[in-house]
Amino acid sequence: MKILVCISKTPDTTAKIAFTDNNTKFAEAGVQWIINPYDEWYALVRAIELKEADPSTVIHLVTVGGTDAEPIIRKALALGGDEAIRINTQPLESYQVAAEIAAVAKDYDLILVGKETIDYNGGAVGGMLAELLDLPFVANATNFQLAGTTATIKREIEGGEETIECPLPVVVSCQKGVAEARIPNMRGIMAARTKPLKVVEPAATEPLTEYRKFQLPPAKAGVKLVSPDNVDELVRLLHEEARAI
Amino acid sequence: MSVLIFVDQLDGHIKKASHEALTYGAKIAEQIGETAEAVVLGNTNEDLASLGQHGVKKVHHVQAEGLNQFDSQVYTKVLVQVAEQTGAKVIIFSNNSSGKALAPRVAVRLKAGLVAGATALPDTSNGFVVRKNVFSGKAIANVAIKSEIKVISLNVNAFTISQGEGTAEVVPFNATVDTAKTNVTGTSKTSGKVALTEADIVVSAGRGLKGPENWGMVEELADTLGAALACSRPVADAHWRPHNEHVGQTGIAVAPNLYIAIGISGAIQHLAGVNRSKTIVVINKDAEAPFFKAADYGIVGDAFDVVPKLTAAVQKLKGK
Repeated sequence: MKILVCISKTPDTTAKIAFTDNNTKFAEAGVQWIINPYDEWYALVRAIELKEADPSTVIHLVTVGGTDAEPIIRKALALGGDEAIRINTQPLESYQVAAEIAAVAKDYDLILVGKETIDYNGGAVGGMLAELLDLPFVANATNFQLAGTTATIKREIEGGEETIECPLPVVVSCQKGVAEARIPNMRGIMAARTKPLKVVEPAATEPLTEYRKFQLPPAKAGVKLVSPDNVDELVRLLHEEARAI
Repeated sequence: MSVLIFVDQLDGHIKKASHEALTYGAKIAEQIGETAEAVVLGNTNEDLASLGQHGVKKVHHVQAEGLNQFDSQVYTKVLVQVAEQTGAKVIIFSNNSSGKALAPRVAVRLKAGLVAGATALPDTSNGFVVRKNVFSGKAIANVAIKSEIKVISLNVNAFTISQGEGTAEVVPFNATVDTAKTNVTGTSKTSGKVALTEADIVVSAGRGLKGPENWGMVEELADTLGAALACSRPVADAHWRPHNEHVGQTGIAVAPNLYIAIGISGAIQHLAGVNRSKTIVVINKDAEAPFFKAADYGIVGDAFDVVPKLTAAVQKLKGK
């Protein structure tokens, strides 16, 4: 079986969020970059677990990014995966990224993506990729099991979960529950240095959207503290001032 | 020409998020001088003509056995037929479990740009610019859609439902419906009485509760408020509460009107999942807890003392 895992580079969860160039660009100075947590913790780790269960499984990783994305894809290889593909262009928006990945994503039995990236929060690449490849797609999976060529997938729905059976190939976006987190070991890190990392030139997809301007959310007015001996006052404020209850 | 709104159902009932999307779509139609039309797939228990209250003029109802269970490929193909026949210029989804699977597919099929997770009406003064949250709620982006057809998925709880007078014309729509490759073999409801992502009020508790045996008072407060239950990541990781209650950056992101955090310190990853809540109340015995900085109201006090008092105070208010 061949699995493709899509990897994004994102700022660390604790990175300071600021913008430059008249608020048109994310301020990258001093930012630590990580593998998008949903891609790493759920999509990639589930692929590794599947390979552990069936060692004949081949895992390929793909990322859309410049040379600045190489440390991230190497780190992903250190966790697991047999080889990686870097599509040599800066990611601009969901459709461009999905179309670039679709060009190299033929002939996989399973394509795993994280449910969204923690920077642009679109969660659209998986669905777009599925449509471009004409494959079934399950969004926000919380569990993924495989028996032969049939996948049994649980996904989150409003107020519950749905269980879906689906033949391979399929595209699945992964969230919490799909796999348990793990840390790369020294052997994996050393091995990752010699694993193939193929650089392919982009298909030059025209983006359909454009991030024009960023802003920070308006600051909170500050917390109004109420004494623990006067809880009625909190309820009054929530009822009359915030109109929340 | 139309603004087409996808109406999402669960067990034949329209989800609250779709009423938000209908209101939002009708407002866009008004803004750009088009007609708002809705599309409903599969059997329904609802009076579809009443969707006119949100400003929708027409409801296209596609009925076929194959549409009574969700499959993103089958649904996409039908929605594309409706979009093409009605000349849809803008297509609206809710950014919920269905919209997350459908909006990207429909956008690709129609060569339309997609903004996933819109939080406000588009600015059409210079192009078509949609506002959305980025960096897990820590910033806002203005995204221009450059294609002729636009697809928007609206964040849940981001837009207030408005209801006026009006009746929509309900028209059956004959579409080609494929056989799904996927098969839904079961559904399960989570423990809470109110769906977390659709809830107006969320009561959430963390490690400050000391153990799963102490959740009774939290459940009582949630019941009194008609709220959904949530928890912080350490609580879910310790299996005190189920994972589907975990809110935060790596759990579920929520945006209720009111978020009450009990015994949660407010790590940045937790805040990223709740910072779109309209009003945040923090109850914590540590006055230095970072959550107070993100809160609108706070009580520095012991949860075991404050929570039962709060339940009683809400009961008193509701008894009036």
